[in-house]
Parts: sequence; C-alpha cells; structure tokens
Amino acid sequence: MSDHEYTPSSKFGKWFNDRLPLLTLANHLTDYPTPKNLNYWWTFGGILTFCLITQIVTGLVLAMHYIAHADMAFSSVEHIMRDVNYGWLLRYVHANGASMFFLAVYIHIFRSLFYGSYKSPREIIWILGIIIYLLMMAAAFMGYVLPWGQMSFWGATVITNLFSAIPLVGESITTWLWGGYSVDNPTLTRFFTLHYLIPFLILGLVVLHIWALHVPGNNNPVGIDIKKPSKDTVPFHPYIVIKDAFALLMFCIVFAMFVFYQPNILGHADNYIEADPLVTPAHIVPEWYLLPFYAILRSVPDKLMGVVAMLSAILILAALPWLDTSKVRSAVFRPLFRQFYWILVADVLILGYVGAMPAEGLYLLIARVATAYYFAHFLIILPVLGWKEKTTPLPLSITEPVLGGSPNLAAARSDEKIEKTIK
Amino acid sequence: MSDQRDEKKTNRRDFLFTATAAAGAVGVGAAVWPLVDQMNPDASVKALASTEVDVSSMQPGQSLTVLWRGKPVFIKRRTDDEIKKARAVDINDLKHPEKDEDRAKNPEWLVMLGICTHLGCVPLTDKGDYDGWFCPCHGSHYDTSGRIRKGPAPTNMEIPKYEFVNTNTIKIG
Repeated sequence: MSDHEYTPSSKFGKWFNDRLPLLTLANHLTDYPTPKNLNYWWTFGGILTFCLITQIVTGLVLAMHYIAHADMAFSSVEHIMRDVNYGWLLRYVHANGASMFFLAVYIHIFRSLFYGSYKSPREIIWILGIIIYLLMMAAAFMGYVLPWGQMSFWGATVITNLFSAIPLVGESITTWLWGGYSVDNPTLTRFFTLHYLIPFLILGLVVLHIWALHVPGNNNPVGIDIKKPSKDTVPFHPYIVIKDAFALLMFCIVFAMFVFYQPNILGHADNYIEADPLVTPAHIVPEWYLLPFYAILRSVPDKLMGVVAMLSAILILAALPWLDTSKVRSAVFRPLFRQFYWILVADVLILGYVGAMPAEGLYLLIARVATAYYFAHFLIILPVLGWKEKTTPLPLSITEPVLGGSPNLAAARSDEKIEKTIK
Repeated sequence: MSDQRDEKKTNRRDFLFTATAAAGAVGVGAAVWPLVDQMNPDASVKALASTEVDVSSMQPGQSLTVLWRGKPVFIKRRTDDEIKKARAVDINDLKHPEKDEDRAKNPEWLVMLGICTHLGCVPLTDKGDYDGWFCPCHGSHYDTSGRIRKGPAPTNMEIPKYEFVNTNTIKIG
C-alpha cells in the first residue's frame, strides 16, 4: 500500500470511501509505483488476467449449451459447433484460449526464472503462482474430458489411473474418483462441476498473487531493490497500463491467428471420434502444454516412481526460492547461471518434444537424460552456483547505468568505466 | 486463591476444551463423510455387477471383447499352440509369477479384464513380442496367458470372477 492517505475530491466519494474504501484501493492501483525499466516480459501478468477472464466468459456461455452426460456430451459439442449462433467461435476461443493461457503462463514463469523474481522477499508470490499453475493443469485436463471424444476418454483413463499407483489405497481412490469401475457418466458430471469451479478458485488466488506482489512491489530486469516511489519508478497508470495494453494487442493477434486460421492445430484429430471404452487410440498424447511432464512420467520404468517423478518435477518449483542460493536476482549479472538457464529452457523443450513421440528406443533414452538433467538443474546446479559463481557488479540504482553514460543495460554490464565511477 | 485451586480450575477448563473439540471433530467428520462418499459408485452402478456371455459361436483362436462394469473383458478361445506356449514358461522368469493353470481353469478359455495394469489402456489382441497382447499406450507386452513380460505394467492382466453357467455361457461377475 502507498504511504500517503487518499481523500476523494467529491463529497459523495468521501462519504462512500469512509464506509468502504474502494476508492482508496483504486487510487493505490493507479498510483502503484512500478520500476521504470520493466521490459515486455513483464506484460504477461496482464495478459494472463485477460486469458483467465476470456476462459471464464466463454466457458460460462458454452455451459448454457453443453450437456454433461456420457450419451449426449459429444453431440452437444457438435451442436454448439453447428447450430448455436457463433457457437464455433465461442468453442474455438475457449479451446485455443486454454493453449494461449499456458503459452502466456510459461513465458511468465520463465521470465521469473531468468530475473530471479521468486527470490526473497517474493517467495509467497511465487508459491501462489505454482498453486495457480497446478489448478490450471487440473482445469485444463478436466476441460479436455468434457467433449467426450476418444482423447478425452483415454486421457481421463490414463491420468486418473496415475492415482492407482499409490500403495494400498490407490485402487479405492481411483474408484472413488470415477464413481464407478471405469471412466463413465459419473466421472463426466463431476469433472464438469470441478471444471466450472476451478477458474473461480484461480481468480481468488490471482487476487492473493497480486496482493502479495504489491507488498514488496515488482522485481525488475536489474533485479535490485529500489526505493518506492522514487526516480526509479513510474505510476502504474498510465505508463504500465498502456504498455500492457499494447502487448495484449500483439498477443491477441497471435490468439486470433489460431482461432480463425488454425483452430484445430493444437488439438488432436482423435477427439472428433466419440469416446469408445473398447478401443484405445493407437497413440495417446496429452495437450502440448503437459508434454514435458508426460515425458518425465514415461521415462521412469516403474509405475509408482514415474508418478512420483512427474509430481516432483512440478513441486520442486515451489522449493526453488531456497534451492537457488545466489543473492543476486537477475541473470543479467550471473554469467554462469545465464548459460544454465538457457540449457534448462532447451531441456524442457526437448522433454516436450519426446513427450509427443512414442516411448521407445532413442526417444526414451533422450527422455531419460533430459529428465535427469531437469532434476540436476534444480537440486545440484542451482545450489552450487549460488556460492561458486562470480557475479558481475550490480548498479546502485536503475537510473545509474543511464546517468553513467550508457542507456543500454547490457552494454553497461560489460562497461568497466562505469564500475570505476561507482568506486 | 491458592495455587492448587488455580491448577484445578485450569484442568477442568482444559477438559471442557478437549471434550468440545472432540465432539466438534466427530460432528464435522459426520457432516463431511456424505460429501465424500457420494462420489463412490452408486447403487445403479453396483447393480450392473454381472454379465452373461454366449460363447457358442467362438472357434479356437478367436477372441471376443465384452463390456462388464464399463470395462472391456477379453474372452479368448485359445489354440493348442497358445496353451502350450503359456504353460511352457518357467514362472520364475516372470515379473508377476502366476501359473497359467491358475489363470485359466479351463485351458481352452482365457477370461480376463482387457485393461493394461499400467495406466488402464486396452491392449491389442494377438500382438506384441509374446504373441499375446500389446498395449499401444506405453508399450507393455503380455503373453498368451495375459501375463506381463515386457514394459512398464507392474502386474498381469486381472482375472475377474467368472463361471461357466453351461457349456455355451460364461457369467462374469
């Protein structure tokens, strides 16, 4: 919260604000001091809010036409596509919206990894983000089941069977999740209910995520603490609002390209075949955004350990603020970390690729190496780097490299003259 | 007030707190259980517990897939060759040691759940390295007795409860 007290100018405003300080909140949000060097990687928070609202709005109207019953779900989706006014548009926006949501969240997460935004004092923001990410995966998975196509049905079967790997109670838990002895109508109706619920849980967590962000304020590309408000900050409105709006516009162009030109490219053709419990599709693959974790699951030859490895791959992120022992946040000043960061990016992309391929031969070998490296990055490389790495000198403020003669941070970093002027 | 009386008073308060909390916990538990248990299989699902199948038209080597409790069941009338193969295996070589004699009471007929024990896909019949079943999802190979021989599946395919009602009819469940 900003330190200064806010008083509304109008009499009614003052009367209202004394009873419910909404105007104080609005004032806090518009005046919120933001580091002035935020680059476009920082615009994805706003883009993600847009994605969430898009999914909620399109989902709400789709639910007016969709029927959650094993006998009718598939044809009700076709009904939406063919008969409902603009139904095709609403469904394509919702289906591709999920992919766009994940695209944005991955950029958001990797921005955080690069600039060390998860480090003290922002651990809670980061952990809330991981919980949101987990809920997003649950919502996306259950949403994919609703059209009741072949991929829906068999995806649901494979994923719910992951729980059967739990010793002793696994089978009972799976039966409980299904509401029967296999994925069937009871499973579909409960998935629909939960798919409807989760976005609102995410919305609540997003409020906490932003609240927690507004306590320490944004991290920034230089990754140093800054005084707020000061010469290093600008008010959120209009500076950041306009930048976010521009980035959102660019993002929407990509979004629209998928919706209008390639609405099915991210989906799977098998999902246009109605669910058949007697025939498993030749090749089951999850949606693209889950592929790296799917690759980790399949790379372990043991059922229980495969599930444990997959879950650990996600949960290890929650421990990241403590695994990364370096005091320097931004990768800009960490020459070694920067290289390992890009190796990790490549590693995750490789995992995603092999996750889409059959689990055999060379693909399996690659998946195993990439899985091992993924864990090594977090459990070995990051803790060791923290005390082995020699970081480059940090500037004293955001403005300093600019006043020191170079407007370019990257150039300033390697410019020894500036270092001397600091001394 | 003496110390002793003070202590006594605290003890009594403690007892009341604990008793109230315990009663409260039981009450909350009783209220939550119906919310949890409603997700378990309901009466209509349980009512479909058994299925009868007419197998009179099946020739040796043929197999049939029927739906029981929403799950596929493989019924295979095995050839002599397949039976021989299944019985010739040394059970110590198996990941999940089970004798074929125990899996198929009547050696000609193999009745089992057509569900891969890895993650629940339906394996393909007469495929794989052991001429039994092959699961396309994650590459598990089963032999002619439905036993896991290669791949990530932890156990053999399950044998459901079944019986021959007469020579032509199998009752599953």
